[in-house]
Amino acid sequence: MDNQHKESEKAYGRFHRRFFEGRATYMAIGTAVVISIGALVELTPMFTAGSSLSWERGDWVTPYTPLEVAGRDIYVREGCYLCHSQMIRPMRAEILRYGDWTRAAEYQYDRPFLLGSRRLGPDLQRQGGKYPDAWHYEHMRDPRSTSPGSIMPVYPWLHRSKVDPADVTASVVALSKVGTPYAATDEASIQASLQQQGQIIVGNLSTAGVTAAWDDEIVALIAYLQRLGVDGKRHLAEQGGGQ
Amino acid sequence: MEQTTPGTVAATSADQGYDMAIVKMFFTATVVWALVGMLVGVIIATQLAWWPANLGLPWTTFGRLRPLHTNAVIFAFGGNVVFTGIYHSMQRLLKTRMFNDTLSRIHFWGWQGIIVLAAITLPLGMTQSKEYAELIWPIDVLITLVWVVFAINFFGTIALRKVQHLYVAIWFYMSFVITIAVLHIVNSLAIPATFFRSYPIYSGLTDALVQWWYGHNAVGFFLTTPFLGLMYYYLPKAAERPIYSYRLSILHFWALVFLYIWAGPHHLLYSALPDWAQTLGMVFSIVLLAPSWGGMLNGLLTLKGSWDKVRTDPILKFMVVAVSFYGMSTFEGPMMSIRAVNGLAHYTNWVIGHVHSGALGWVGMISFGMLYWMVQNIWRRDLAHPNWATHHFWLATIGIVLYTVSMWAAGLMEGLQWRGLNEAGQLANPVFVDITRRLGPFMWIRVIGGTMYLTGAVMMAINFWQTIRGPGGDIAEPAPAAAD
Repeated sequence: MDNQHKESEKAYGRFHRRFFEGRATYMAIGTAVVISIGALVELTPMFTAGSSLSWERGDWVTPYTPLEVAGRDIYVREGCYLCHSQMIRPMRAEILRYGDWTRAAEYQYDRPFLLGSRRLGPDLQRQGGKYPDAWHYEHMRDPRSTSPGSIMPVYPWLHRSKVDPADVTASVVALSKVGTPYAATDEASIQASLQQQGQIIVGNLSTAGVTAAWDDEIVALIAYLQRLGVDGKRHLAEQGGGQ
Repeated sequence: MEQTTPGTVAATSADQGYDMAIVKMFFTATVVWALVGMLVGVIIATQLAWWPANLGLPWTTFGRLRPLHTNAVIFAFGGNVVFTGIYHSMQRLLKTRMFNDTLSRIHFWGWQGIIVLAAITLPLGMTQSKEYAELIWPIDVLITLVWVVFAINFFGTIALRKVQHLYVAIWFYMSFVITIAVLHIVNSLAIPATFFRSYPIYSGLTDALVQWWYGHNAVGFFLTTPFLGLMYYYLPKAAERPIYSYRLSILHFWALVFLYIWAGPHHLLYSALPDWAQTLGMVFSIVLLAPSWGGMLNGLLTLKGSWDKVRTDPILKFMVVAVSFYGMSTFEGPMMSIRAVNGLAHYTNWVIGHVHSGALGWVGMISFGMLYWMVQNIWRRDLAHPNWATHHFWLATIGIVLYTVSMWAAGLMEGLQWRGLNEAGQLANPVFVDITRRLGPFMWIRVIGGTMYLTGAVMMAINFWQTIRGPGGDIAEPAPAAAD
């Protein structure tokens, strides 16, 4: 006790005791001020710099099509991001394994971001075009048929469930409200777009002997996966190889 | 000076006039959700060791159950244990009943309702995907409302206080109430598409930075500052000694609160996030070691002169190990935030090991210590099985060691094998799944460690049940004033 008594008699102890410990309002305001400093310093430039600097934007990245939006929603629903990252770090081994490291602009239409925090499975940033559509179809039905020894669960319901065009329309409308540029957000156009892109994948699958319908959830998911990193890959190739 | 020692504040009459019913309600909810959250943890650990445990059903796959596990242990177990401690210690420290009993009940039932909604929506795949902020927007709105109710009740009680001085535990509670509100609102801003789905107003890396600013400070202000508040109240109580240093508590409180908020970007090292942000995150994470250890030392040195009690008292055992794990994980965290170390650790099981040394070691153990102290204190009964508390302690401690050590080993192994190159400069392990397969034994060790930890918690629950409901005699009320 004596020890503490002496300590609190020191000038700043006395100040702290009078100013904060007896006055809850000052304590609360003090805390709020102290937590705001770091938050403001780190977060503010992300909004002010984003519009004037090009690091986070690129006209070489296109928004996700309605079918890809539907596929991305399925990716989120199933928690794929909990085991698969979408972020290739600028390290030799990563580039060898997954492809060119991720540029900031590639994420510009990602809402929510899906960088992931754990790699229980491989990174998917440049998954697009790596395997044929039928590979993904089989992989989701039975991961061990394409990747022996995989610990991934099976997702047979994706092959049975259907994408609802009205639901996808709601997503596209919301995304366009927050700034994603879509030419058309009416349900008829979106249904047409879904069907058109879905039929291409159905065609690819049928050449591999797989029968699917354009509105199967698995088709939407394949559309999304085949899209990952493709814009960046093309852009970097045009720029002279990247890395 | 007397208020710097909770022992002299609170041990007067037996909480007459205080709302002990609400404390008991939160206490009960804590124990129930602890079992649920830890059980889901053991289930998903098993799924990683043996994939058929995913059961081939949509709502039982790892991708849907992992968020259920994290939400259940952080917000259901962690949240309720903090509310138990706050509602109990705050009335005693401020010598007043909670501001409004109705608000207390709205807070309690609202929070339990949120948890139930989480337990329904997450397995159905309704998620916003942001870690520890997965719940869909209508639940986010509900969380905001319940938090406002809690904040009014909290600050209302402070306004009614009969003791002018605010003890250090209250400062930590206050930082929790304020900061969680700010984090939750900023990170949850989104445009609804349907009742079940929404899209954040931020995109890409801005979204990632906002999320990890939230995510890391959920650790800082949900799993650290309120638990430090609990440490500052219940450790001196259990040890029957005053806090070691008042000056250190001032210093480390302000430093911790100021520095924590900067550390988020260490979750995005080597990403395309601007370098300045990554570097700020790294530097502040390293500096954070100082105030973290300030708290640890203040806790441990409080036991100066009463270490003999630790040998016999399971409550102090839990608390000492908790504070030690707090020290260890707040050393490990800054080390992992160093860019070069992070290059190896990121995306591996090492991170999972780190999180659990904090969660099982610090949060879990300090909570168990508090709960064992509290069940005897608020129900005024001796433990039905005093030995079980010690058994629980050893099961939990060995469980944590098996968990963290297996995850360190697995993390280092996969981190090194992912990056390993052969003499030709090509990947030494080009097939990803080959590396995954080698992790199998470590996955099983984790299941064993987690099961031991869960078993300890089950023993605690049975012990509490029999203590409260069993035939054991009540401890006599201490005579007022005699304790001073």
